Amino acid sequence: MSKRRVVITGMGMLSPVGNDVQSSWDAIKAGRSGIGMIDRFDASGYNTRIGGAVKDLDISQYLSTKDARKLDAFIHYGLIAAQQAVDDSGLEHYDALDRDRVGVAIGSGIGGLEFIEKSVIQMEKSGPRKVSPFFVPASVINMVSGNTAIRFGYRGPNISIVTACTTGTHNIGYAARTIAYGDADVMLAGGSEMATTRTGVAAFSAARALSTRNDEPEKASRPWDRDRDGFVLSDGSGVLVLEDLEHARNRGATIYGEVIGFGMSDDAFHITAPPESGEGAARSMQNAIRDAGLDPEAVDYINAHGTSTQVGDVAEVKAVRNVFGTHAEKLAMSSTKSMTGHLLGAAGAVEAIFSVLALREGILPPTINLDNPDEGCDLDLVPNECRKADLQVALSNSFGFGGTNGTLIFRRYQD
Amino acid sequence: MSTVEERVKKIVCEQLGVKESEVQNTSSFVEDLGADSLDTVELVMALEEEFETEIPDEEAEKLGTVQDAIDYIVAHT
Repeated sequence: MSKRRVVITGMGMLSPVGNDVQSSWDAIKAGRSGIGMIDRFDASGYNTRIGGAVKDLDISQYLSTKDARKLDAFIHYGLIAAQQAVDDSGLEHYDALDRDRVGVAIGSGIGGLEFIEKSVIQMEKSGPRKVSPFFVPASVINMVSGNTAIRFGYRGPNISIVTACTTGTHNIGYAARTIAYGDADVMLAGGSEMATTRTGVAAFSAARALSTRNDEPEKASRPWDRDRDGFVLSDGSGVLVLEDLEHARNRGATIYGEVIGFGMSDDAFHITAPPESGEGAARSMQNAIRDAGLDPEAVDYINAHGTSTQVGDVAEVKAVRNVFGTHAEKLAMSSTKSMTGHLLGAAGAVEAIFSVLALREGILPPTINLDNPDEGCDLDLVPNECRKADLQVALSNSFGFGGTNGTLIFRRYQD
Repeated sequence: MSTVEERVKKIVCEQLGVKESEVQNTSSFVEDLGADSLDTVELVMALEEEFETEIPDEEAEKLGTVQDAIDYIVAHT
C-alpha cells in the first residue's frame, strides 16, 4: 500500500507570545520573550514565580459563558486553537466536506489540573455532594478532541495521545499516519496545556525542573546558555489542520507545508531525565528520517526540544551530532522555547507551526538569551536574531517524562 | 433583600447561560432553557448553596420548571 501525502492547510495557536499564529510568529521573528511574573494565583511563597501565560484572551469571542464555565482552561485553549485552525483552513466553506472522514487528535500533557484542584478543595470543604457533575468532562484529557468533534460535527477518528512533553508531536504524527493510511481525509491535530496552577508550579518546582530567575523573567529561558537553570512553565495550544494532498487540491486549499516523516523512541532510562548521550533522541530522529525516506543531509533546520535544562540541552546536541555527522555543522538548530517557555503537551504543536512557517518564509527563528554557549553546545544555534535562509526541510523534536521521544519532519510544499 | 423568585431566576440565568428575559415562571429547564441532565444537577447544587438547604435527589428530579424550584424553596426554607 502506498502512503498518501499529507499537507498542512490550517493552523491555530494561543501562546505566551501571541493569541494567534501571526502575532506569535511575528514575536518569534522579533526575538521577543513572552515570559513574565505568574499572576493566575499568588505565587509569592514559591521558589519559581515566573511563567509564560496566555494574556488578554477574550474567551467570549469563542465560547458562551455557560460552556466556558463547564470546561477547564486547557480545553478553552484547545478549542480556540482548533477554531482558529478550522477558520484558517476554509474547511467549513467546502460544501462537499464529508464529516465522517474528518477526525481529531489533540492531547494534553497534564489535563484539567485547575478544575481538579478546585473540585478537591470543594469536596474537602463541603463534602461529596458538592462535586460538580462537570468535574470529569471538564478535566480529562480527551475532552479537547471530544468537544472539537461536537463543535464542528467531525465524526471521524477521535483520539488524544498523552505523552507528557511529546504529546503535541505524537498527536500530529499519529494524525498524519491516520490520513496517510486512509482512515481519514482531514485531521485536526495538536496539543493544549494550562498547568501553571498552584500544584503544577509547585510540583515541577519540587522536581527542580524550573528556572528560578525570578528577577529577570524574559531571560529565564536560555537554552544552551552557560547560565541556564531550568525550563519555564508555559500555557497555550497549537492545532494544525492536516489533510490528504488530493483532498486539499480538490478544494483549492492553501497549502502551508507537507508532513513527510514521523519517528518515535524511548530512552528506557529514567522517569524525568534523559541519558547524557542523547541516544534515545537520536533514535527518534533516525526513525523519522527513515520514515521520510530522506538523506539526513537534506535537513536544513531543527526546531529543538531545547528546554533550557542542564542535561537535556547538551544531550540533544550530542544526539544531533550522532545522527547527522559532519552535516551537523551545516544545519541550523534553534529553540523557540527561549521565547515561549515550555508549553509541555502543546509544545510540539506550536513548534510544528513555527517549523512550517520557517520553511514557508525562509526564516530561521532565533534562540534568544544565548549569550555564552555552554561547553558542548557548539552548533549553529541561531543566537539571538532570526536569519534568512533557503530552507526545504525542517525537523522538530519533542522529548517527555517517561523518556518518550518524538520527531516530525516537514518539507516546504511544492507541487 | 431580593425575593425567592428573583434569587432563583438569577441562579437559573447564571447556571444555564440564559438572559433574564427568557426566564418565565413556567419555563422548563430542559424544554425551554436548554439544560441537559448534567446542567440540572449543577443547577440544583447552586440552589442548595444559595438557600443553604439540601434538596434530596428524589425531590430534585421533580423540579422541572422555574416555578417548581420557587415552590420547593418557599416550602422548605
